[in-house]
Amino acid sequence: MTRPAVRIRDVHKSFGSTEVLKGIELSVPKGSTTCLLGPSGSGKSTLLRCIAFLEETSSGIIEIDGDPLGFAEAGEGRRTRLSASDIRRVRAKIGMVFQQFNLWPHMTALGNVTEALVTVQGMKRSAANEIGNRQLARVGLSDRGHHYPSELSGGQQQRVAIARALALSPDILLFDEPTASLDPELTGEVLNVMRELAETGMTLVIVTHEIGFAASVGQKIAFLDHGKLLLDGPPAEIFGTPRHPRLEQFLETYLDRGAATLV
Amino acid sequence: MSLDFSIVWQQFPQILSAFWNTIWIWIVATILAILLGFVVAALRRYGPLWLNLLLRLYVEVIRGTPFLIQLFLLYFGGPFIGLSLEPIPAGLLGMTVYGSAYFSEIFRAGFAAIPPGHIEAAECVGLSRGQIVRRILVPEMTMLVLPQIVNMAIILMKETAILSIITVPELTLVVGAIGSQQYAFVEAMTMLALFYWALVELSGWLGGLAEKKLSKFRFAH
Repeated sequence: MTRPAVRIRDVHKSFGSTEVLKGIELSVPKGSTTCLLGPSGSGKSTLLRCIAFLEETSSGIIEIDGDPLGFAEAGEGRRTRLSASDIRRVRAKIGMVFQQFNLWPHMTALGNVTEALVTVQGMKRSAANEIGNRQLARVGLSDRGHHYPSELSGGQQQRVAIARALALSPDILLFDEPTASLDPELTGEVLNVMRELAETGMTLVIVTHEIGFAASVGQKIAFLDHGKLLLDGPPAEIFGTPRHPRLEQFLETYLDRGAATLV
Repeated sequence: MSLDFSIVWQQFPQILSAFWNTIWIWIVATILAILLGFVVAALRRYGPLWLNLLLRLYVEVIRGTPFLIQLFLLYFGGPFIGLSLEPIPAGLLGMTVYGSAYFSEIFRAGFAAIPPGHIEAAECVGLSRGQIVRRILVPEMTMLVLPQIVNMAIILMKETAILSIITVPELTLVVGAIGSQQYAFVEAMTMLALFYWALVELSGWLGGLAEKKLSKFRFAH
């Protein structure tokens, strides 16, 4: 059996005295699309941010393709912090797409996509632009490279953000509610790009409220509630009947709002 | 009785030299004040708590007292603590300190206005702390705070007039002296007002150009 792309072992995370993640165990198979679902405050975004190392876990180990992220086991349940260069090396395997896009407003779309290639990897401007243009074409924005974020729609901005993450050829792409800030009519264009990425066999981990998308594109569904991983399995199993009562309740609130087109 | 501007005009070379002094002192002091203000704001945000409190006191004392008094104390009080400065260096130092307190507050607001997600996005693509400051923080903040920076620079331009009390040979001192020598106060003061107004209009126009150039970079969403 191949190593999982992400392996999460007994991860806890507290903010002050509030424990947000309470012993999460999860493994993300390589080349799969895993969707993290759950009500607000369930800890799904925090878990994703821990995988991106934007939050540090309070205990437990996260491995990216077998390499520990941030902290390594030191025996007897203790762990040691890894060096900054180790952290950078492992983090380089991960790309992140945010709910708020977080494009840098003083750079064009192409500038956003190529920034790390030039500044971090020291690539020549012309070579970086070639990669940047290719990634922008991949998300359907080859004619928008010279536009600033303020000149783009929300859906276009999010696609630029996806191209920015793709430009660094990460092994794993994380999405934190990528369509939650978008008008319903712009959601589709972003979901389509994500669907295409899933079809290429890239490892995706997606926090989303788009349950229909999760059910159709996800190969694995992880349902979190109150900081615990309640359910973990393929969509047919998770969404098939009989359903877990907590999931049933969660889905009802979504169906009540008419937001989900459940398979 | 009629106004006669030619009396003042006859001293043209002197006025020109004073005009030049006002401009270069203003530009140098403004640049130094912006740099010091940026350092103060950055240390207050990213430095230890004690430094933040100390610098807050600095900002509040400077903002809470008139520039005239600060300058007077620096120039005439300085020698009592071993700080004897010539008029122009004292004027530059005084204006730099005075301006830095205001600029630091502008930058503080600028730092706070940058969405944390923009920095997280930079971390995620591997930018180091120094690269984040250089490539993301400073340029983003510049576009956010430029209008306030231009405004403060204009205020500083007019504050150069106060340097006359410590005998810096700038416009107010020189034109004022010509006016009193020739008994042409109204003419001298009218000309002074016009000089300053012209300088302020010029700097406002330059600031407007810079803002226009940066207007594309406004925040999205």
